[in-house]
Amino acid sequence: MMAENISTGNISSGSLANSGYADGRVSQPGVLDTTHGVVLYMDDISVSFDGFRALNKLSLAIDVGELRCIIGPNGAGKTTMMDVITGKTRPDSGTVFFGQTLDCTKLTEPQIAQAGIGRKFQKPTVFENHTVFENLELAIKTDKGIWNSLFGKMTGVQLDRIGQILETINLRDLYKSRAGLLSHGQKQWLEIGMLLAQEPRLLLLDEPVAGMTDHETERTAELLNSLAGSHSIMVVEHDMDFVNSIARKVTVLHQGSVLAEGSMAQVQSNEEVIEVYLGR
Amino acid sequence: MLQTNTFPKHECLGIHPAVRFFAMLFVSLIFSGNQAWALTGAEKVALVRGESEQRLQMLDKVLAQGDVTATVYLQQLLDDAVRLDGDKVLIVTDEGATNVMTGERTKPSEAAEEVINNNRIQSELEASIATLNLLSQDASVRLAAAQKLQGTEANSSRLLLIAKAEKVETDGKIRALLQQVRASIELTSDNKATRLAAAATLAASSNSSIKQMLSSRLAADGETDAEVKAAITQALKKIDRDLATFELLGQVFTGISLGSILLLAALGLAVTYGLMGVINMAHGEMMMIGAYATFLVQNLFLKYLPAHFQWYLLAAIPAAFLLTALVGILIERSVLRSLYGRPLETLLATWGISLILMQSVRSLFGAQNVQVENPAWMSGGIEVAANLVLPYNRIFIIAFAALVLVMMWLMISKTRLGLFIRAVTQNRGMASCSGVNTSKVDALAFGLGSGIAGLAGVALSQIGNVGPALGQSYIVDSFMVVVLGGVGQLAGAVYAALGLGILSKFFEGMAGAVLAKILILVIVIIFIQKRPQGLFAFKGRVID
Amino acid sequence: MPQLFAQPSLFSRLYSGKAWSMLAAALALICLVFHMLNLLLPADSLFHVSDYTVALTGKILCYAIVALAIDLVWGYTGILSLGHGVFFALGGYAFGMYLMRQIGMDGSYHSSLPDFMVFLDWKTYPWYWQMTDHFWFALLLVLLVPGVLAFVFGYFAFRSRIKGVYFSIITQAMTYAFMLLFFRNETGFGGNNGFTDFKRLLDMPITTPQMRMALFILTGCMLIALLLVSRAIVTSKFGRVLTAIRDAESRVMFSGYNPLHYKLAIWTFSAMICGIAGALYVPQVGIINPSEMSPGNSIEIAIWAAVGGRGTLIGPLLGAGIVNGAKSYFTQAFPEYWLYFLGLLFVLATLYLPQGVLGLFEKLKAGRRAVKHSDNNPIEKA
Repeated sequence: MMAENISTGNISSGSLANSGYADGRVSQPGVLDTTHGVVLYMDDISVSFDGFRALNKLSLAIDVGELRCIIGPNGAGKTTMMDVITGKTRPDSGTVFFGQTLDCTKLTEPQIAQAGIGRKFQKPTVFENHTVFENLELAIKTDKGIWNSLFGKMTGVQLDRIGQILETINLRDLYKSRAGLLSHGQKQWLEIGMLLAQEPRLLLLDEPVAGMTDHETERTAELLNSLAGSHSIMVVEHDMDFVNSIARKVTVLHQGSVLAEGSMAQVQSNEEVIEVYLGR
Repeated sequence: MLQTNTFPKHECLGIHPAVRFFAMLFVSLIFSGNQAWALTGAEKVALVRGESEQRLQMLDKVLAQGDVTATVYLQQLLDDAVRLDGDKVLIVTDEGATNVMTGERTKPSEAAEEVINNNRIQSELEASIATLNLLSQDASVRLAAAQKLQGTEANSSRLLLIAKAEKVETDGKIRALLQQVRASIELTSDNKATRLAAAATLAASSNSSIKQMLSSRLAADGETDAEVKAAITQALKKIDRDLATFELLGQVFTGISLGSILLLAALGLAVTYGLMGVINMAHGEMMMIGAYATFLVQNLFLKYLPAHFQWYLLAAIPAAFLLTALVGILIERSVLRSLYGRPLETLLATWGISLILMQSVRSLFGAQNVQVENPAWMSGGIEVAANLVLPYNRIFIIAFAALVLVMMWLMISKTRLGLFIRAVTQNRGMASCSGVNTSKVDALAFGLGSGIAGLAGVALSQIGNVGPALGQSYIVDSFMVVVLGGVGQLAGAVYAALGLGILSKFFEGMAGAVLAKILILVIVIIFIQKRPQGLFAFKGRVID
Repeated sequence: MPQLFAQPSLFSRLYSGKAWSMLAAALALICLVFHMLNLLLPADSLFHVSDYTVALTGKILCYAIVALAIDLVWGYTGILSLGHGVFFALGGYAFGMYLMRQIGMDGSYHSSLPDFMVFLDWKTYPWYWQMTDHFWFALLLVLLVPGVLAFVFGYFAFRSRIKGVYFSIITQAMTYAFMLLFFRNETGFGGNNGFTDFKRLLDMPITTPQMRMALFILTGCMLIALLLVSRAIVTSKFGRVLTAIRDAESRVMFSGYNPLHYKLAIWTFSAMICGIAGALYVPQVGIINPSEMSPGNSIEIAIWAAVGGRGTLIGPLLGAGIVNGAKSYFTQAFPEYWLYFLGLLFVLATLYLPQGVLGLFEKLKAGRRAVKHSDNNPIEKA
């Protein structure tokens, strides 16, 4: 029931793809080309910190509209992988393509965000000194240059959209209160709301239900399920019940590369995975 | 001109003229007993009367006798102690006048006038004294004499004596010098082979006055033979190269010495900022307190232990460390403990503290600089070459910085306190849970950092002015070291300090001190473009 | 639902009606009251405002502009600059060059060159003094010199993500380098002594009471104008992005904003405001020299904002007034205690006044309200 409210629906990947072809596949921030049905394609990524290999020749692809869960023990490289996708960490080698044309290893964080990748941090990060409304106002998809920030006004459509999101994340009555005063779970929701306001094509969620009550977790699962299809989503999570409730395809990371991939049942019966999680 | 002679400013072996005088007297009384006063009265008179030419011939004759004791009279002549009084020649000293002919004590008349020595005679006298001194029993006198003769104008009448001295010389360094002196005389020899050999010998001198002498030899049609000319040119090139090398070495040395001062200043910051994350703008004032502590200890020694004055510095080191550590702990307890995690506020608060400390010192000791003296064992230096002298106080500071570095490293990596400091800085909560008294560790760590600043103050008191503004001039530089070196790594601080020290000395040589400072800043900023976390930062998965 | 988030007009966005009337009152005080009390009342009158007071207040108004500038970068964006003294001084020097040219042949050497250039035996103006005899060009320099320096410096610093204390330290090093540079005689700005002995401004004598009052009023109006502009900035979405950068820069980036552009814009704007303050300061004080660039001065600017209350626009103005008022009192009454006082102010303001004096007022007001409230509470009374 939330899906109707949220779905962006106005971006048809086909039409964008055609324009991308016409331009001879020139890498242009903001223009996404997903003709081959793959929204994110990571190939042979390696990252090391002072000799420690955080990612080791990692290759991974996410399809358009897919909801993918990433699991793995601590230090498997999950957060580093997100850092690489969002431009925070530059890989030592390898490529990350968002669609067919956008090379994430060449773009800055804001460019990647504007191109359509939204990220939620492990620890909820919202603007604590701003109100809930202002948080969403800052996130909403619009021209994010200086000039527009100084002189631009929000359109009625944007205001409506903020209203919808406030309903979705259940903070309608708190829209005037300072974000710093929200509970941990409410901040998680607000951050998800900000992500939605950005209208990304790909959402990266780092432990989205950490610190949430069972009820909130349930609602989050519901929300993600409704978003899948119209959005591509990558979720890193430790909470296996939660993963079970949303996952269609699961990828297990171990020591910086993919150990196993498949449905939850397949992965859970994989010998190597059991070894990694239970052995040693 | 003898004035162009290269006596290093910090002449370590140079001896006060009066001391030399008595040394000569002593030597002459003991060792040349066969001929107690070799210079006869007539000879003495002949040395002062008549035309310059005749006097110089007489001087050559005296020289030929090779008698060290003659230097006494020659020195008196040079010091204008010899007077002409009518037909008498008198030596006038503080005790009275003596007639050189008769040896009688007399009173000089009103008409007595000084012997006039023109420049030529003066330089010949000095050279003769030096030549005769080559025969002295005292090695240091011989060395000084040989150095003095280096690069003086060639005079073949001294050659014999110099060659003789060279033969009996046992000290390798003096002999090498004498070889050069002989070679510079032999450069005017009639024998071409001798001249060639001389040029080859002189090539090894790396002495700027010999360089001058050689080039004047080339310029003033002194040398006509093409082969010798080529040899001289060759020698000149070699000397130029050597001089440049030594100059470079000198710059590197002063750079390292500046670097070690920066290192001392930055090591304390490496603890307070690198480990604790406290920007201590009063760090410079901690150094100032250390320097004033040295001043106080010096004064105590002057008053109560003047006999052991030269060891005051050893007492000042622990005193400065303890005093500044105490001040540091006080500051940490009273102000900083409530500001952890708020670095910008810490910066402002410690700046306020620095103002208070500076004004306090002004109220206590006055706004003027105070006098801190080097102990005797720190004056002078090692002479590597004529244009490269390494002063002992600089060497002391380099060694001191290295010592402090090693001690600090041992302290941090080997002791229990060091372990606690590392534990608290890495994971405060966990350390606290493991029973570490974190607030005590904070205080001790800040005390340690401040104490090290105090040690830097001791070092600074030995090479520069000690005044209330002493810390201000180092604080910017030492923060640059920390920025460049990266946080939490001693190695980074060491490399950054030495690098900045050497670089700024080079730039100073090229562009002057102010532009050097600006250049360094630009370099630091450019460097940070490439490595924002400094030279040796821990690169990792930091969630911010 | 749109009416819920109604967007106010610019006028009501900036200030409430009450605050607007207070601003108008302040403007009137500066333009009319000071004017009349100083120029029209006889010197022996009880209400006469002395020339000294006018000069001092004018100086403090200039400092207030600087405090406003540092508040925009520190209070709102979280960038503590220890280099604003340089921007201030550069504005002062830029305008000072024009004032030096206005001296004309009336210097002590009766040369067309300033005295210090005659002293250096220079025959012509160096290239960077060209055109400085034009008033409009001087005004341009006042804005451009600090602006360009801030832009270039800021670009390199922000681009490599230098933040927090690192940035503060680097700006301090910049300050130090500039001070050394301006102390050099060969730099061509009068070395130690800087610029002084100004004679004319716009070909009018600079020391007349009327000229002083005109400069004073200009400074006051400029302060209020810049206050309004700053207010417009911080209440816009741009301002909210700035505070967002201060609080969670990475979230700002992942929301699609480039913090580099925002930081650079406010940083450069702030530097240019400082330049204006410096340009207004120099003709009123009559001298500009490199000691204005000493690192200590720049840090003092930060403490004005801290004392008044950073992150509010009025607070730093108050802070500049309080600290500089105290300074002129102390340096006259007990000069040797001034540094103790200033030092203590640094310590106490950071320890006990995180919100500054303004925050203290609010707290007291809230406290009184709470007390009043409990007074009205019959149960508490019993």
